[in-house]
Amino acid sequence: MDTEKTAQPSRRMFAKAAATAATGWILTACGPKRLYEVPKERLRTQVKALERKYRARYGKNVTVSDTGPIPGVEFAYALDISRCIGCRRCVYACVAENNQSRDPQIQWIRVMQMDKDKGVDFSHSTPYYNPAEVPEEGHFYVPVGCQHCENPPCTKVCPTGATWTEKDGIVVIDYDWCIGCRYCMAACPYGARHFNWAEPTIPSGELNPATHYLGNRPRMKGVVEKCTFCIQRARAGRYPACVEVCPVGARKFGNLLDKDSEIRYIIEHKRVLVLKEELNTVPRFFYFYAT
Amino acid sequence: MQPENPVNSLRLFGGFARGSLKLISRGNRAYVLWLGFLAVLIASGVLAYLNQLRIGLGVTAMRDQVSWGFYIGNFTFLVGVAAAAVVLVIPAYIYNWKPIREIVIYGELLAISAILMCLLFVMVDIGRPDRFWHLIPLVGYLNFPRSVLAWDVLVLNLYFVVNFLVATHILYREFHGRHYIKSLVVPLVLLSVPMAVGIHTVTAFLYNGLAARPYWNSSILAPQFLASAFCSGPAILLVVMQLLRRFTRFEIQDQAIRKIAELMAYAMFLNLFLHGAEAFKEFYSNTQHLLYTRYWYWGLGSHHTLVPFAWTAVALNLLAFCLFIVPKARHNWILLNIGCLATYAGVYIEKGMGLIIPGLTPDTLGEIYEYYPTITELRVAAGIFAFGFLVFTLMLKVAVPISLGEFRRKEGAPSLAEAELVSTGD
Repeated sequence: MDTEKTAQPSRRMFAKAAATAATGWILTACGPKRLYEVPKERLRTQVKALERKYRARYGKNVTVSDTGPIPGVEFAYALDISRCIGCRRCVYACVAENNQSRDPQIQWIRVMQMDKDKGVDFSHSTPYYNPAEVPEEGHFYVPVGCQHCENPPCTKVCPTGATWTEKDGIVVIDYDWCIGCRYCMAACPYGARHFNWAEPTIPSGELNPATHYLGNRPRMKGVVEKCTFCIQRARAGRYPACVEVCPVGARKFGNLLDKDSEIRYIIEHKRVLVLKEELNTVPRFFYFYAT
Repeated sequence: MQPENPVNSLRLFGGFARGSLKLISRGNRAYVLWLGFLAVLIASGVLAYLNQLRIGLGVTAMRDQVSWGFYIGNFTFLVGVAAAAVVLVIPAYIYNWKPIREIVIYGELLAISAILMCLLFVMVDIGRPDRFWHLIPLVGYLNFPRSVLAWDVLVLNLYFVVNFLVATHILYREFHGRHYIKSLVVPLVLLSVPMAVGIHTVTAFLYNGLAARPYWNSSILAPQFLASAFCSGPAILLVVMQLLRRFTRFEIQDQAIRKIAELMAYAMFLNLFLHGAEAFKEFYSNTQHLLYTRYWYWGLGSHHTLVPFAWTAVALNLLAFCLFIVPKARHNWILLNIGCLATYAGVYIEKGMGLIIPGLTPDTLGEIYEYYPTITELRVAAGIFAFGFLVFTLMLKVAVPISLGEFRRKEGAPSLAEAELVSTGD
């Protein structure tokens, strides 16, 4: 063995150098890392590249925001079950705002029609009601989307860390890092996560050009998506599209850390419930009865 | 002989590789037909998969409501098959029970093929196979230890490496007419025992840990996984053993086969008992969580696509248990093989479709979407099974002559190591 060592030092050194170079190349050249670890400057170039790509594809001035969470803000949502009439305007406003695929159809909000004599019971509910007029006698409605849990089962199970909770409480997905294993969909108790079973299609005319990197930018085939509390609006100080469109004012949204906010008032003064409380997911989405 | 010399080692290996290639390229008509059959299935699977890649997973029957299906069911079943090699390893190495010891190597080869199939089933199920590298630590990011799937990735790959090392080492040494290195093999084999239990436990925990799915969120799941694996894995091996005995000069004692059949009877009893315990809890307490069990055994409303499968599995498992527990029955070769097929099919149904689909139906918001695999899914799955059988067949084609001493390094030419066939296998 000793003779070997002295006889071929150059070969050994070459092997070492090659191995180091190969590792270095793999580490640096394997494309973008998951967003969680991307340095700010690199994120900005990534975002600019995306904007160019979307502009070319949709022939529209698409912007991709990378606005981060605002310090001192933690978003929460409240929905008044006694007011909701089941009109599904929120569903379609959400589709338009968040660039969900039209074909195949993806909808982040499901409005469940419940029986009044059964109460909030999903095993006796349906999202497929279709009467001439809502609300129907004997029924009430519970719209369900992502509950932005404080203890989210979906982010825990993701094998690549492609989904996480932002500092402002929004649970997000990095569409460029998701491998589409759908473990998060099995883990979510609220059916909030949706998969792109085929290449999503959105007519250019219907594309909402004001997008956010972690929110409503156009997605691709084979990845998971879901409600982000309209991150592109919320972080710019606006209400989510579903809150704005609701004709009966059943939807409330605000900063949980602001003592004077409407959301704090509701939680402190109304009869509030969360879905599937026993699972300890601790949703930031509350349901309440105002009347 | 200086095997430590890298150049010499390489030459020795070259001889082994050339000899192996010669071995697998020759065979009788049955062998050629079998390979042709597998090749057709693989080609069909590849074509179906390419179409799925192009269009998306929408060509399967999976949807948001039932987001895992046939692929993940097969994956789960095959992890069990891979784990079952341990049934043979324990008595062989710990009690040094000779009759089983000779066939342990085939258990390990089966485990290798099964793990390969498992990895392929995961690959065809994910939406972005091009991003598979995201899972590789350092290059990508593996969410370890939080995600149970990350654990599964690690233990499955480790288990593959361990079995591959042990099996190839033993065979390669035997090819050179030398005994395997005890200080290397024994610790690895001892490690593979807890690892086999580990891969199946981790796979059970994959489902078990999801509070959103009451059908899976039951602590009986991991023990039940192990019990059913210890039925299905040996069932395949018993059939392979008999085929080997018939078509090669390989000798396997009757008592080895009967002992394994007896072990399977106990495993099947445990499996049925655990199923019974779970059914009692569900039906007697009669909570809303019963919905999933009811969907599997009785259907819900007008939805009962899976009900015939559920009862077929129960019947097959009971039949297998009866055949294996009665000594007279398991000593009858026909009944023994019926038992093996019944076990294999029964566990395949209950561990595949029977685990995944009722776990997701009704979905978390109470909707019932009736899942039934599409032709694409069946073709891709058949292709993966064919690939697994192909790997297993080719490995056997080399391993059996080595064990029989028919495939050995030529004497007197240590450095060139031209492989020689003492006599042809068929």
